[in-house]
Amino acid sequence: MNHAEKHIDASDYIEAPLAPKRTRLQAFGRMLKQNRLAALGFFIFVLFFLCAVTGLILTSGTKPLFNPAMVRLEEKLRPPLSKPNLKALRPDQVPVLNVYLMGTDDLGRDVFARMLQGAWVSLTVGFVAVGISVFIGIFMGGIAGYFGQHHIKTIHILFCLCLIGGIGLIWINAASAGTALLLLCLSSIVFLLSARDKLPEKARPVWKGILLGNAVSVDTLIMRIVDIMLCFPSFFLILTVVALLPASIYNIMIVIGLTSWMGTTRFVRAEFLSLREQDFVAAAKALGIGNFRIIFRHIMPNAVAPVLVSATIGIATAILTEAGLSFLGFGVPPPHATWGNILSDGKNFIFDAPWLTFIPGIAILIVVLSFNLFGEGLRDILNPKLRERH
Amino acid sequence: MDKQPNPHGTPLLKVENLKVYFQSDGERARAVDGISYEVRQKQTVCIVGESGCGKTVSSLSILGLIPSPPGEIVGGEIFFSGQDLLKLDEKAMQKIRGNQIAMVFQEPLTSLNPVFTIGNQIGEAVYTHKPMDAESLKRYMIQLLSDVGIPSPEQRLNDYPHQLSGGQRQRVMIAMALSCDPALMIADEPTTALDVTVQAQILELLRSIQQKRSMAILYITHDLGVVSAIAHWIYVMYAGIIAEQGNADQIFRFPRHPYTQGLLASLPGRSKRGKRLYSIPGSVPNPAYKPKGCPFHPRCPHAISPCRKEYPDMCDYGHGHMARCPVLYEKREHSE
Amino acid sequence: MLSFIGRSVIQKTITLFFVSIVSFLIIHLAPGKPSQVNPMNPKFTPEILERFQKEFHLDKPLYVQYLYFYRDLFTGKTVSWKDNQSVLLKIWERFLNSLPLFIVGTLITWTLSFPVGIRSAIHRGGIYDRTATFLSYLLISIPGFFFAYILIIFVVNHFHVPVIGMETFGITNASIAHMIMDRIWHLLLPSVLGATGGIAILSRYVRSQMLEVEGQDYIRTAKAKGLTPDQVHYKHAFRNALLPFVTMFGLILPGLIGGSVIIETIFSWPGMGRMAYEAILARDYPVILTVNFVSAALVLAGTFVSDLLYLVVDPRIRL
Repeated sequence: MNHAEKHIDASDYIEAPLAPKRTRLQAFGRMLKQNRLAALGFFIFVLFFLCAVTGLILTSGTKPLFNPAMVRLEEKLRPPLSKPNLKALRPDQVPVLNVYLMGTDDLGRDVFARMLQGAWVSLTVGFVAVGISVFIGIFMGGIAGYFGQHHIKTIHILFCLCLIGGIGLIWINAASAGTALLLLCLSSIVFLLSARDKLPEKARPVWKGILLGNAVSVDTLIMRIVDIMLCFPSFFLILTVVALLPASIYNIMIVIGLTSWMGTTRFVRAEFLSLREQDFVAAAKALGIGNFRIIFRHIMPNAVAPVLVSATIGIATAILTEAGLSFLGFGVPPPHATWGNILSDGKNFIFDAPWLTFIPGIAILIVVLSFNLFGEGLRDILNPKLRERH
Repeated sequence: MDKQPNPHGTPLLKVENLKVYFQSDGERARAVDGISYEVRQKQTVCIVGESGCGKTVSSLSILGLIPSPPGEIVGGEIFFSGQDLLKLDEKAMQKIRGNQIAMVFQEPLTSLNPVFTIGNQIGEAVYTHKPMDAESLKRYMIQLLSDVGIPSPEQRLNDYPHQLSGGQRQRVMIAMALSCDPALMIADEPTTALDVTVQAQILELLRSIQQKRSMAILYITHDLGVVSAIAHWIYVMYAGIIAEQGNADQIFRFPRHPYTQGLLASLPGRSKRGKRLYSIPGSVPNPAYKPKGCPFHPRCPHAISPCRKEYPDMCDYGHGHMARCPVLYEKREHSE
Repeated sequence: MLSFIGRSVIQKTITLFFVSIVSFLIIHLAPGKPSQVNPMNPKFTPEILERFQKEFHLDKPLYVQYLYFYRDLFTGKTVSWKDNQSVLLKIWERFLNSLPLFIVGTLITWTLSFPVGIRSAIHRGGIYDRTATFLSYLLISIPGFFFAYILIIFVVNHFHVPVIGMETFGITNASIAHMIMDRIWHLLLPSVLGATGGIAILSRYVRSQMLEVEGQDYIRTAKAKGLTPDQVHYKHAFRNALLPFVTMFGLILPGLIGGSVIIETIFSWPGMGRMAYEAILARDYPVILTVNFVSAALVLAGTFVSDLLYLVVDPRIRL
């Protein structure tokens, strides 16, 4: 057994062949190759994006190539691929290529041009709404997950309530009550600052003990807020707010965003809860790295996977929601064209001009389908558990 | 292959040149690359090797439990009492599983269904092969549980797996495996997940059961200490092949393959106290990217250039002791 | 067990309380006034406006209104501003209309999703699985009313079956059998429509749960014991995969009130969803707030029921 004593130096140490290293991009490409549906989804997504951007370019400005707003009442409800009646139109009303690629709607507008314009608007609605919801979701979920065990003292809650109440009352012009509450806020701040005395717990008077005691943990608070938001059926909430507020594209985007952050919060919180206990966080803390840097630089990249999946699917849902709102009459107001708009405008002419319904309907179907497929594909790619089962 | 000294009778299980490959992500992992081994009646055969050497895969293929889309048995035969198990259809295999060949797995908590009681799960194992009425079933199960050393068996029957300790759960698994009196029990690292003291108890239990029921045990482990305690015959596996085989005396005192020698040299022991601990340089190859020739050659201190090109044959040292290293075989012949 | 129930009920009541405050604030802080008190509304003279305001305490500060409203709610006296009917009565009526739609839809969804999902999981990657997957994605992605119109056109043209509304006009003179058939015909299309989306989502979820369970070690043990594939899949795997769905079952309770505005609008079905929608348009605050309150109560009750069911069904959780 004397080779145990043999001196091993670098030249003797031959590394057994290991698997070739793959970059993330290569792994991504490989996964797409295997999951053909997801690849199709990705491809259509890219196509849609390009359409939207070119559509925006082609239909904006004062003399756009495809004019979505040009009303031609003589050319109402023409079927797709029909030629324009050159005698009845002014020269600038004639569409490019001398044909109505997708027909015209009830005001004689070129449906193709409206679809191009609508692509960009639908895309924006989807992305902005999801952006808002993801932002709020990550923020809330991260705080709940990471700082979950920190407790909020009673005095802090009272302070916040007085602050909100005071501002609210002043807004409703109950000035006296409002200012009273704000003064209460100030006094509580003063109290807090003075309460940093060195008295041991038992020597404190009871009322001080209650005020400075822990009321509720951050985690419970945030999850209760999520529960409250979840009690409202989402479509109704969106409908309520959109019906009550003046109609505008920004309102719709913001409202959809503000009502769909709950799912993301739950995911992020769950990921943070499990990641927080892992050794790399302990190692980072032992190195003296501050909390926020740990959250954003170390934990967040690992927690992002479910967020990406739900964001992709969220864009699809946002586009469908916008279509639904348009159907009920609360969608994006004219003159903006969205696919939902076109679809719901077409429902009145479904027997006379079915293309007005079918074209945007199928377009929405394909785009939403591609987002869903891509999102599910992402989930398979990013889920290490499922990967091994192949 | 049939040179095992034979105090124990004819081979109960004979694996011939088994090859199991896994296909995933465009890679073909050669988990088991042509191994052959035997288990005789009433014998305890140990398959030793590091994680990833293919020992579990080979045992799962005996019972046909390899998950089929990624894994595939591409060659070889598995003879059990004369029948080739690989040629049997699913229904015939179901009659053998749990009945003539039973298996005990590594993780007792996840290997038991959490929503059914112990009584339900053991009863199912019995009833599938030996239908009997409820009263007899219950008595039989109580007897089984006390055979494996579980106290107050009647209460245990109504417990759920999470209510038992790790050692008790493994005893339950063993009871399930014994329930139909199998001729062969395959134990895949049954004590790895348990404390050392519990480990000793389980080993003792297995030994006494083997005596009482004249059962053969195929024991898979990476722990050489366990091997030295219970093995009648040992197969050392590395990277999907059998590197060396022999009885305990031969393997531990006269290892003839550089891998076995390295394994034994890296065991901590009192004689090595204060000295630097040896470890085999390098790491186990990825099964999809095995080196050409002898799979051990990148880590072998005795490697010469034929080792990198030709796959070595088994060399016979007499009395059934064989090792897959012609280099050491040459050296031995020259020194004696 | 009792302490869990007690704690749960208290927590949920607190949540309900906060929900009531939030919904109240949303309604009242939104710009625009209910049509009845809108000074621009030409139908009402200033005297009527004032009486209306006094009657419904609209001139009092918000917190007083809040107290009045909930007092009326709990004593059953809330009255709709639009047509002066008792709100609870209105809700009850519409609820009875929505109920058959809900029951049939839920039945179809749950009875079809499980076999589809389980079969997809067991034969993963096969033709059945791929077809089912593709169809599911298609159904999830199609805009609801688009699909509805396609179905309507198809069914009306090919089967000549009445689809709009709850019953054909004037059918009260026909025989009982006719009436029942008529009802069923009218019920069919809306519930199928509502169910398709549900089946798509639920069957995918069933599939993924089954896949996860099938990969567990105890399934391998079950096979090693010599059990037949049916026993392995349906006794062992399914029983474990079922756990999250039992809890989900509690959460379908809120669907009673939800209904689907879109489906009800398309089919002119006089259900809860449409009532809420019309109330929102008319700013009929009592109706909106009551519906909101009831639906929140249902959501909380639903989560409570599903927590209880989870306790019962999973032996690992025993309090």
